[in-house]
Amino acid sequence: MSAILKRELAAYFSSPVGYIVTAAFMFFSGFFFYVQCLNIGTSNMYAVFQSMFFIVLFVIPLITMRLFSEEKKYKTDQALLTAPVSLAGIVTAKFLSAFVMLSVCLASYVIEGIVLSFIASPDWSVIIGNIFSMMMMGAAFIAIGLFISSLTENVMIAAIGSFAVNLVISLVDSISANLPVPFLKGLLDSLSFQTKYSNFALGIVQLSDVVFFVSVTVLFLFFTERVLEKRRWA
Amino acid sequence: MIEVKNLTKHYGKNIALDNISFKLNEGDVLGFLGPNGAGKSTAMNIITGYISADEGTVTIDGHDILEEPSEAKKRIGYLPEIPPLYQDMTVQKYLEFMYRLKKVRKPMKEHISEICEMVQIRDAEEKIIRHLSKGYRQRVGIAQALLGYPPVLILDEPTVGLDPAQIIEIRKLIRDLGKKHTIILSSHILSEVQAVCDKILVINHGKIMAEGQTDSLTLLGRETRKIKIVAEGREQNLYSALKSVDKVMNVERLGETEKGCYEFIVESSADVRRSVSKAVARTDGIILLMQPEGRSLEETFLNIISGKSE
Repeated sequence: MSAILKRELAAYFSSPVGYIVTAAFMFFSGFFFYVQCLNIGTSNMYAVFQSMFFIVLFVIPLITMRLFSEEKKYKTDQALLTAPVSLAGIVTAKFLSAFVMLSVCLASYVIEGIVLSFIASPDWSVIIGNIFSMMMMGAAFIAIGLFISSLTENVMIAAIGSFAVNLVISLVDSISANLPVPFLKGLLDSLSFQTKYSNFALGIVQLSDVVFFVSVTVLFLFFTERVLEKRRWA
Repeated sequence: MIEVKNLTKHYGKNIALDNISFKLNEGDVLGFLGPNGAGKSTAMNIITGYISADEGTVTIDGHDILEEPSEAKKRIGYLPEIPPLYQDMTVQKYLEFMYRLKKVRKPMKEHISEICEMVQIRDAEEKIIRHLSKGYRQRVGIAQALLGYPPVLILDEPTVGLDPAQIIEIRKLIRDLGKKHTIILSSHILSEVQAVCDKILVINHGKIMAEGQTDSLTLLGRETRKIKIVAEGREQNLYSALKSVDKVMNVERLGETEKGCYEFIVESSADVRRSVSKAVARTDGIILLMQPEGRSLEETFLNIISGKSE
């Protein structure tokens, strides 16, 4: 398992993907930090975290797109699946590699916090809480992206598919706002990523929200493992 | 070492493998022979646990590939039809990755360079796989399968894309490995199977059409022997001399090949080379060529595939 994790991490940075993703993430995070903190003179980073929600939606498909689709395309999955490693081990290693990539991106918040500490006193509990919340939500998005990547051998389709799904997830709030049926509205509200993320961003940590993201992550990792298993029987 | 029982695999309505069974002992080298699409690769993919069979079992050294996949897979080195190479890694990094993936417990640096030496890719160790030629990729694929010297090696068309000198080297390597390892290799090159394997399994349309030792298959259907003879002398004299030899059933005249030399095909029910030689000498003729017209593996193979039995 550690072999796959190591290889994936090396692969991110032996191709442009790793650099583009980190650069894009840091650019936007830096941009929002300048506009919404430094420029208007506040040490409250809440607005930055809110804006980054949509950037994460776009960045994660880039991280996950090639994880399984490329293996299938170049038939390297034959090496993984005939090696003494379990399917769960393969999926977990791939997931962790994407998670580490995301964590590298999130390090930009720490840099911003340090910049703030020179001119004001930043609320570190909020910053750390947000990094934690971004990790929780990111894990869920990564699991979804991983699942989509396992369905196709085309990297572009994997990326666009994940974008599309992430967009639909982010639209859940606006859809539910226009629903006249209370039951469906309640259902959609409880599936909203954004509400839960906003709770975190405000500093409200609810166990139910944590459980929600962990459940989504585990569920989609399980689905991914099933897809790989099913392919053997096709 | 390897036991395959009643393997059956369908792809939709097509049957890819139909009730295949065989057993291999330690040190056996088995050749899968069959035309394209016969089910060779499917069988190998099932044996290595890449895909699953609809029915049947595969046991490697007593470990079922489905029940104890880790234990079984540890014992297999597999070279698939398309070598599973990560395009953006160097050969060295790739082999180190595969070494860790397979949980090999030997000193890594020495082990990898020893294998690179065996398949002759030392000069490409630092190169990125994407830039390698087909022959090198194939050999990196073989190197990957050899990591950890697993007791079972499964090689799907191992010499594809190699140049003649490399083919000879790799065949020699496989023969050497066959002393200690149990090997299954597939090929559509018959002479290769003949040269490397001691057992042959001919597959077509997912069924075993023939199986046996390489020698016995080669000799299959050789009750009547044919010898080609080119001799110098007078045609009529030579012809009647050949005809008169004991146990000769038929002599076919093929005409003059060069001035004063005639070609014949002699069919007999026993080895008549000595008596033929004496008979020709009695007519003052000289034998220039005497060649047994054995049925080649190709002929046998084509007969088996087309379902002809003699």
